[in-house]
Amino acid sequence: MEMINIKIDNKELKVAPGTTILDAAKSVGINIPTLCYLHLHDFNITNKPAGCRVCVVEVQGRRNLAPACATDCYEGMVVNTHNIRVLNSRKTVLELILSDHPTDCLVCSKSGSCELQSMAQDMGIRQIEYQGEQSHYKEDTSPAIIRDVDKCIMCRRCEMMCNEVQTVGVLSAVNRGFMSVVAPAFEMNLDHSVCTYCGQCVAVCPTGALTEVDHTNQVIRALADPSKTVIVQTAPAVRVALGEEFGMEPGTSVTGKMVSALKNLGFDFVFDTDFAADLTIMEEGTELLDRITRHLKGDTSVKLPILTSCCPGWVNFFEHQFPEMNDIPSTARSPQQMFGAIAKTYFAEKLGIKRENLVVVSIMPCLAKKYECQREEFSTNGNPDVDFAVSTRELAHLIKQANIDFNILPDQDFDRPMGESTGAAVIFGTTGGVIEAAARTAYEIFTGKTLEKVDFSQLRGMEWIREATVDFDGTPIRIGIAHGLGNARKLLQDIKDGKSQYHAIEIMAAREDV
Amino acid sequence: MANIKISEQKVLQIEAICKEFNNEKGELINVLHRTQSLLGYLPAEVQEIISKNLNCSVAHVYGVVTFYSFFTMIPKGEFPISVCMGTACYVRGAEKVLDEFKRILNVPVGQTTPDGKFSLSCLRCVGACGLAPVVLVGEKVYGRVSPDGVKDIIKEYRQG
Repeated sequence: MEMINIKIDNKELKVAPGTTILDAAKSVGINIPTLCYLHLHDFNITNKPAGCRVCVVEVQGRRNLAPACATDCYEGMVVNTHNIRVLNSRKTVLELILSDHPTDCLVCSKSGSCELQSMAQDMGIRQIEYQGEQSHYKEDTSPAIIRDVDKCIMCRRCEMMCNEVQTVGVLSAVNRGFMSVVAPAFEMNLDHSVCTYCGQCVAVCPTGALTEVDHTNQVIRALADPSKTVIVQTAPAVRVALGEEFGMEPGTSVTGKMVSALKNLGFDFVFDTDFAADLTIMEEGTELLDRITRHLKGDTSVKLPILTSCCPGWVNFFEHQFPEMNDIPSTARSPQQMFGAIAKTYFAEKLGIKRENLVVVSIMPCLAKKYECQREEFSTNGNPDVDFAVSTRELAHLIKQANIDFNILPDQDFDRPMGESTGAAVIFGTTGGVIEAAARTAYEIFTGKTLEKVDFSQLRGMEWIREATVDFDGTPIRIGIAHGLGNARKLLQDIKDGKSQYHAIEIMAAREDV
Repeated sequence: MANIKISEQKVLQIEAICKEFNNEKGELINVLHRTQSLLGYLPAEVQEIISKNLNCSVAHVYGVVTFYSFFTMIPKGEFPISVCMGTACYVRGAEKVLDEFKRILNVPVGQTTPDGKFSLSCLRCVGACGLAPVVLVGEKVYGRVSPDGVKDIIKEYRQG
């Protein structure tokens, strides 16, 4: 390929045609600041509306400054990324954004992880020169997501996530000029829209415009109430994410310390969701086997492939977008809800207390779980099976508020009997976990043998789905795994058109790299 | 989703318009134009029908409708009043004329009076600059309108 010669900040380099100034600069160690720009490797989708203008650079011979994220390099291009003119413009742009942004950073839930805040820090903004009208918009609180549009900087990352990646189509830029906001159709609230609560918009929001609903105060109140027995379940992902909140290396497993911390917080019993994941896997495994067996016997009414039902974002998606296909997913509850149902029946009875006096808290890595536990079918006489779902971050806040020095906590074990699990559930949390575990279960029941290894591979041109074939004594059973709701839509369309090659598919609403 | 309140016949007409443009997403603006000239406005349920037929999200349709000032979700009045705010009309006092309409009708620009009789909007140049400032009521053109003349124009239609 013909390469292009360019010069950035006096560094000479060669880049491929079509490379943006931003990417070219990055390749030689020059990090041009960005706000609205976002590249998703997994989906090969880039958000670059060139709306924020923070990434402006000077291109020799060009009258105005160029947005580095959306300007391609050309032969002989000479770029300056940090001369006085560029720095002044960048600062002005940032001050103008800040002039229409609330300054309640001290009490903003995004404080400390806000990209706008850290950029203002990096650029040394100490006062906002511009004063004028500020835009105000109604706040929208749903079961899982809070929209505080006053903090929106119109980067439109959420819009890209919702439309291009997840194909849910809830969010769009509406109105014009100073009045423009990102909102659902007719500016309805999220809980009236077809939002799935997949949380991907929250994951990419650079500011506090989209945040998760916080339940820490409700949990503290329940723990302080002497008439309540409070139990907690923790999802597999939490034990490897919690350490980071206390300065440990990302990915450090802190299971024992986490259990200790939860006991110190006053939870009466600390259980592992893996126990309930085992139940989900057994349910889905036998359901898969039942459908396959009936299918092999020539029963044409059997719906195949079976789709997993553990991810509430995904469940919401097919309910809204493919309501005619709601007999395809598994009927099994998710592990969170399996756990809640057992806790409020079997375990409450064992303790000899009423379900109303048992408070079930779950610590989950996903904000759609907040919505899931509020679904009407997961409650009895208005009392939910799971009372509160809190995130890893909220748990870290609880621990800090209780003055617990997490790093020196001794290791403790989960409580029994619901703290045990088989190996099948360990691989549950990552995409590929549940369907593999369910297929293994089905295989063992069907053949009476243990399945050695399941090899997943990717097909060329279909990189978004991983698949494996398991030999059920001569019958090849094909299982697939996909993540992201946009990919789920493709799979559902194939099933609708009768083109699906699979017997079982696992779907997770969230992307792996957010 | 809003309940469909418009007539079955209108729904079929909207679907026919979409089809005329091959149900192409990229033709959204043209579809909206044609639909608005059919109905006079673009209520929520109409936007939902269009979104379904063009296979794009309702939020996107709503985004386009709210971006362009030509599109409206409010039904136009029986007598739509448009005040020209083009350069010639503006310098000859169109704003004062507009203010007088707002005052007498007691509605802001873009709205319709509660009795459905009048709606008020602005437009840019009707090509009659020699008559500036110009006001249109429906298709009828009024030239050299002064704020004092506004009440007479309204009276003409209130009585009729």
